[in-house]
Parts: sequence; C-alpha cells; structure tokens
Amino acid sequence: MARFTPHTEADVEEMLEAIGVDTLDDLFADVSPKLEEDLDLPPALSEHEALADVNELAKENAAALPLFIGAGAYDRVVPSAISSIIGRGEYLTSYTPYQPEVSQGHLQVVFEFQSVISELTGLEVSNASVYDGSNAVAEAALMTARLTKRNPKVAVSEGLNRRYREVVETYGVELVALPFENGTTDFSDVPDDVSGVFVQSPNYFGIVEDIEAASDAAHAVEALSVAVCDPIALAVLESPGNLGADVAVGEAQPLGMPLLFGGPYAGYMATHEKFVRQLPGRIAGETVDKDGKLAYVLTLRGREQDIRRAKANSNICTNQALTALAATVYAALLGPEGLREVAELSASKAHYLADRLQASGFRLRYPEAPFLWEFAVELPDAAKANEALLENGIVGGLDLGDGAMLVAVTEKRTKKELDAFVEVVSNAG
Amino acid sequence: MLGDLIRDKGREGRRGYTLPKLDVEETNLDDVLPEKARRKEKPKLAEVDEPTVIRHYTNLSRNQWGIDTNFYPLGSCTMKHNPRVNEQAAAVPGFAMLHPLQSEGQTQGALRVMYELQGFLAEISGLPAVSLQPMAGAQGELTSILMIKKYFEDAGDEGRTAVIVPETAHGTNPATASMANFKAVEVGLDEHGSVDVGELREMVDETTAALMITNPNTCGVYERNIKEISEVLHEAGAFLYMDGANMNANMGRMRAADAGVDIMHFNLHKTYSTPHGGGGPGSGAIACSEDLAPFRPDPIVEKDGDLYTLVRPEKSIGRMAAFHGNFGQILRAWNYIKMHGPELKSVTDMAVLNANYVRARLGGTYRVPYDELCKHEVLVQPPKGKKALDIAKGLIDHGFHPPTIYFPLVVKEAMLIEPTETESKETLDDFVGAMLELAESDPEELEEAPTHAATRRLDETRAARQLKARW
Repeated sequence: MARFTPHTEADVEEMLEAIGVDTLDDLFADVSPKLEEDLDLPPALSEHEALADVNELAKENAAALPLFIGAGAYDRVVPSAISSIIGRGEYLTSYTPYQPEVSQGHLQVVFEFQSVISELTGLEVSNASVYDGSNAVAEAALMTARLTKRNPKVAVSEGLNRRYREVVETYGVELVALPFENGTTDFSDVPDDVSGVFVQSPNYFGIVEDIEAASDAAHAVEALSVAVCDPIALAVLESPGNLGADVAVGEAQPLGMPLLFGGPYAGYMATHEKFVRQLPGRIAGETVDKDGKLAYVLTLRGREQDIRRAKANSNICTNQALTALAATVYAALLGPEGLREVAELSASKAHYLADRLQASGFRLRYPEAPFLWEFAVELPDAAKANEALLENGIVGGLDLGDGAMLVAVTEKRTKKELDAFVEVVSNAG
Repeated sequence: MLGDLIRDKGREGRRGYTLPKLDVEETNLDDVLPEKARRKEKPKLAEVDEPTVIRHYTNLSRNQWGIDTNFYPLGSCTMKHNPRVNEQAAAVPGFAMLHPLQSEGQTQGALRVMYELQGFLAEISGLPAVSLQPMAGAQGELTSILMIKKYFEDAGDEGRTAVIVPETAHGTNPATASMANFKAVEVGLDEHGSVDVGELREMVDETTAALMITNPNTCGVYERNIKEISEVLHEAGAFLYMDGANMNANMGRMRAADAGVDIMHFNLHKTYSTPHGGGGPGSGAIACSEDLAPFRPDPIVEKDGDLYTLVRPEKSIGRMAAFHGNFGQILRAWNYIKMHGPELKSVTDMAVLNANYVRARLGGTYRVPYDELCKHEVLVQPPKGKKALDIAKGLIDHGFHPPTIYFPLVVKEAMLIEPTETESKETLDDFVGAMLELAESDPEELEEAPTHAATRRLDETRAARQLKARW
C-alpha cells in the first residue's frame, strides 16, 4: 500500500464491487500501451530513513555559514513568526481561491501583499506575485510591448542582473545594450523603437541608479520605464512611482524568505491603474457579499488564461501565494521603521567592510558611485580568496570572473565576521 | 472580522521584531546618496507587535479551507495530503541556508538531490532527459514549447507555425502556444471524449509544430489512441507534448515515452505532494527525448566522476528563472518519491479507484457524459434543472470544498471531481451523500447557498468595476 493512503484490503474489495470490476488492473483496461514492469526506483523508505538521508546530504552543503554572496538573493533575517504562520495547514494546503466564500484568508493576505507592494513602489496597483524576480522582469518586458503596441524590445545595461537579462531573452524579447560606465547606466541615447527602458536600482553591482533619468529617457521615445528594485532598499530610496517609473518589479525574497538554494521566492509587479489590464497574474480586489459584508475576490479575471485562453496576456496561472504571505507577515513584523533599520544596518556594515578593505589596499571597482550594501571589490584572484575564506568558515562573495568579487553585506553580519573577512582576504594576497 | 486589515491594528511606534545590533560605525545614508534618491515619505505599512501579527493571520486562516481542514476534490488540481515530513526536510538549515550562487563544491548535497530527482522523473516517464528549472506547470509548458520552437529553428525548418490543442485542454495550453508565438489550433473529440484522430489526421501538416495533449484528459478519460496520435504527428515531423497535470493517474501504469510522447511536464505540487500554498509556489519539471535534450533550459545537473555539476545544455533555450527552479519543491518531491519507490503505482491505483468509486455512486443521479472507466478524476453534470454553481455552493454548506466547475468547456455545467488517493471510503461516502442530497434539493433554496461559510456569494462585477486592490 502507498504511504499516505487509508485503504484497507476490505475497502478496496468493496469499492471494486461497487464499480463493477474484479481487480485494480481492470481499472486500467483502457490504457495502452501498458507498463508491465515495476518502476525501477530505489525501494521505499520510512519517514525516519528518508529524513536521515536528508540530514546526511545537508552535510554535503557549505550552508548556514557567514555568507557574502548576494546578486539577487540575500541572507537576511527570517523572523520565527513567519514559519509558524505559513506552516498553518489552512494556508499551506489550499489552492487558488476559486471559491472565495471559503478562501477569504488567502484573498485578504493577497490584498494586504498588494498593498505593501503598492506602498513601497509608489504605484497604484500590484498583482498577487509571479514566480520570481527574473520572471517579473520578463513579464514586465512583454507588458511594455503590449502597452506600446511595439515589438518586445527593451533597453537595458549591464546594471540589470545578468540572469534577469537571460530570462528576458528566453521569453523572446530583444535586448538593446545601453552604455554602462563607472557603475551606472547612461540613458542619454535610447533608441526610439524600444517598448521599454529598464533600470535596476540598486543595480547588479549594488550602485543606486537614476530612475528618473531612465523614466525621462523612456518617455522621450514614447516607451515605458520599468524600475527593478529591491523591496528593502525602497524603505530608504525614493519610490519608483515618484521618479516617473511606469512599472516596478523585483524579487521579494529579502522579505522573509530563506535562501533555500534559489527558491521558492516571489516576484512582485506594480503599475499605474491605467495599465492594469495588461498586468499579468492574479489580482485580489475588494467587494461585498450578498448581505453587503466586505470581502475579497480574484478580479479582472478577463485577462487570464483560463478565461481568455489563447488571447490571455500571459499563460501564468499561479502566484507565489505562500511566499507572498511570508513577505506580508515580514512587512507587518518589521513595519516601516524596521524595514528602514534593516536597510541602514546593512548599509553601515557594508560601508564599514568596504572602508576596511580599501584601507588594506584593495580598490573598489566603482569607488565614486553610491552603493547601499553590495559592492564590487577588485581582487586579482577571487577564487583563491574564496577558498581561503571557506577554510575559515566564511562563504565569500560572488567571483565575477574578471578580477573582482561582488560582496553583499546584510544586517546579519557581525563586526567579527567583517574583520575576519578583511584579514583572510588580505592574507590570501 | 473580515476586512480588518493588519495596518489598522497598529499604532505608530509599535514593532514586531528586534534586529541585530549595529556593532560598527554608523553610515548616514544622507552622506552617501544623492538627495533626489532618498525616500521622503515613509510607506504606510502596519506598525504592530508580534502577538497582534500572529493573532491577525491565525484568525484570517480560519476563513480559509485547505486539504487539512476539508475534503478538496478540485478536478485537475490533485489536492492530495501534503506529508509533513517534506516540510521538515525543506527546513533543514543545510538546505534552507544555502545560497544558489555558491560554488558546485559547496553545494554537492543539493546538486545530488536534483540529479537524483532528474533520474526518478526520467524513470517514471521513460524520457531520458529532464530539467527541473520550470517554476510551475504553466512554465513547464512554455519551456517545452520554446524547446520545440528552437529545435525547428536549429533544423532550419521555418514553416512550423501551429500548435494543436484539444478542446478539452487547460487554458494554459493555448495561452502558452500564443506566448511562444505559435498559432493555437483546436482539435475536437470523438464519442469517448478522446482526441478525434480522424480530424487530427486532416489537420496535421508541415506547418504543425506540436500537439499538446493532456493524458488522461480533462474529462478524466484516458487518451486510448495516444500511440496512434503520436504516429500521426511523427509522420509529419511534429512533436507530441504531454501536459502532465494528470500524472497521478499514470504512475507505474503507463510511461509517456512508450506512448510516443516526446516531451512532457510534471506538476511536482500535484503528483508529488508539494503543498499548493494557496496558489503557489509550484514546480513544473520537464522530461524529453534525446532529440530535444540539447535545448533544455540552463542549468541541468550532470555527474562528472564523483562530482555533481551544473551544465548549460549545448543548444539551450536559455534560462526560465534566475536560479535553479523552486528548489524547496524539488527537495520535497524527491523525498516523496524516495518514500514510495516502485509503490508509486499504488498511489495511482488508489487515486483511480477513488475516482471510479465516486463515478459509480453518483451515476444514475448525476449525468456522466463519458460513462466508461475514468482515471483519477470523474466528469459529471448535475441533474436537469440544477446548476453546477449552485451544487458547488451547496457543497460548501455540507463542509466539502467544491470540485472544479465549468471546466472542461466541452460539456455544459461541468463538475470535475478529483478525490485523490489520500481520501478514505468514508469521506467519499459522505461526499457522495451530500451530492445526492443536493441533487434532490429545492433549486431556489440552493441559490442562497452558502449560508454557513465566512461569506455568502460575492459581487464579482463590483470588484472589477470599482477596482480596489490595495489599502
């Protein structure tokens, strides 16, 4: 018998009789071609044995160490209250709220998530989230094409996370490269046939970019501007909505999601209300029930695949409801002051590390450009430095492969860890 | 109470979390950033303490049904029990606190999990090459269709502009075809509810890139001509793609490769028990033939001696996501398969037994448009004079989550019931009892249902006309 099924032999017999067949094999009489052999899989394990394997393999990972890699996923605090909430079976084991009368929990959470994203981005409408930050960027690129009625072609620089650019290309969007100098993007010469102009701030190298310049450049050629922002940074940086961005997207992982080797995370997307019909994904809206009682429901469903089929604005049907719930709980626990403090703590610790590295003779790749908590430091042999760091129980930064290391510092890092980083890297030459 | 938002439960100055201390010299961001870049107004977020947060979201959850609280026979969604051991596995710090960009040498445990799951899915489907990167079923579909597109581009075969989808297809299938810039063309059904092979033969030509088939299809019916369908496509140089949403009916009983399938996706959150989480995160791994293998997304895991490595396939379509897919779901699915091994066949058997039992018990009162053996789900229609919507809302008052309704589109008042293998005969009997009672109930009374849920029926038009999607 399978591990999580209640059927006894007597159950099976009674049910087969009710169906009017003799054996389980008879239920597959219509299957052709049939698989006659057993599946060649390792023998079934008990829960205890399976968990022992999990714990054994976990030891093969250099995890849960002081970590200096960012580049799109950050080692931030995850408040304990989050796992307690998202572990509740009501949230964990439900599906898309097609039946709103019994799904008000998730629907209100989505409404609150959308509100948090709208507040942070300064844009009126947010969706219920998409797969991850890279997919939010790709969906935004397609959205600019639909709204401008142009071919999907977007202007980006090296400041946009390399992996995001790759996903955008997979989605069939043409990329036009903008000049990138001294750590920031030059928006002065944007081609006039693009559908969108993208600006990531802080960018891939941690530098705060000029969103307003990107927006002005986009609007000058009647294209849309898309800002790609870390939600924690928005606690201290001007909202993209106030800087003229038409769409804001990004990765919500820093809002209370563990690193978990790359996912699940959640991508967020926000825009002006006038563009909402081209916003992909689920949206929860407020309404009333038959008795006039306030309630929430999935709305503007005419945009979606299960209604519009081939004419839908995306094939997406899920949102990252559970990780969006994590982000919502995180935002509630931290509040506006807590988010600001996370940003400031990270920035102070990052600047301390950058200063100490420079004092030890290392150069920042972009010494004049303003950064928050991530920076590129020039290291002739970043791989060697990372090996030395790991020997000292530290996971170093991301080896950029061109004589530099991209270093991210979060609120979790301590002075002791930062000092150790400097010492080890200095000694590694 | 509904509509009491977290933001309204706080007071300026309250906090629900304490942060690590500042143990280095403070950097004033005003000294670092241009004035224009600084935020002027603080976002209007909740300012609340932890007890309030816990109570708020706990109380909200009580207005939410899940598999844990109610029978949830949502057709084509496979709402089976989510084993808690998987949650424990995903919380192990050795995985939870692992960064996706750490080097291969630092992530051998995680890469081995991925490598082994690739192997398991290859064995289950009979298709040799797997990618775990797609983030959900719909993205697995898109990945597959983009791979097919790139295959034809690579072969210099430029006239392949059409993707055929059956009338019964999930909405994601035609939407996926459009997203990949193919024209979605519909093929009809025969009297068994299967793809009409005669009609298909007429349609398939040198402009056909692929047929997207769901097997068993969304009527719960096995595509008995699938082998012949694959031959029709292959003769024309086109591919057969299988939507694996309904794999819960197939494990150990059929293999996609034997049926002529070239490429398929799995829903790890359906068949392999990873929690649906209220609509996601899911995971949509794909498996394909050797011909299509070079086009898989970047990265896949290979084994080089004793070392697991991340590899970009030779002619890859590129990345579908920033990192390696929803690793947390990959880990859960891997663990689930390890706890079943070859006994996955029994999962399928019990799922199909449960669906056929419901079919047998409801037949006679409910109309069963394709009243033959069903697979893991059964399609029924209410008795004359009753609406699927009203029966669904009535079920809520009986404590059952409604099945999928008004889908598939090929029959009127469709109710698609998927019990899954993790439900007992007693639960099914109670559910059938409620369905039979509702079939007899007064139609006008039923229009009032639900009366015992958190809300009554909602004004959906108002939500769309007077959009309010934030506080």
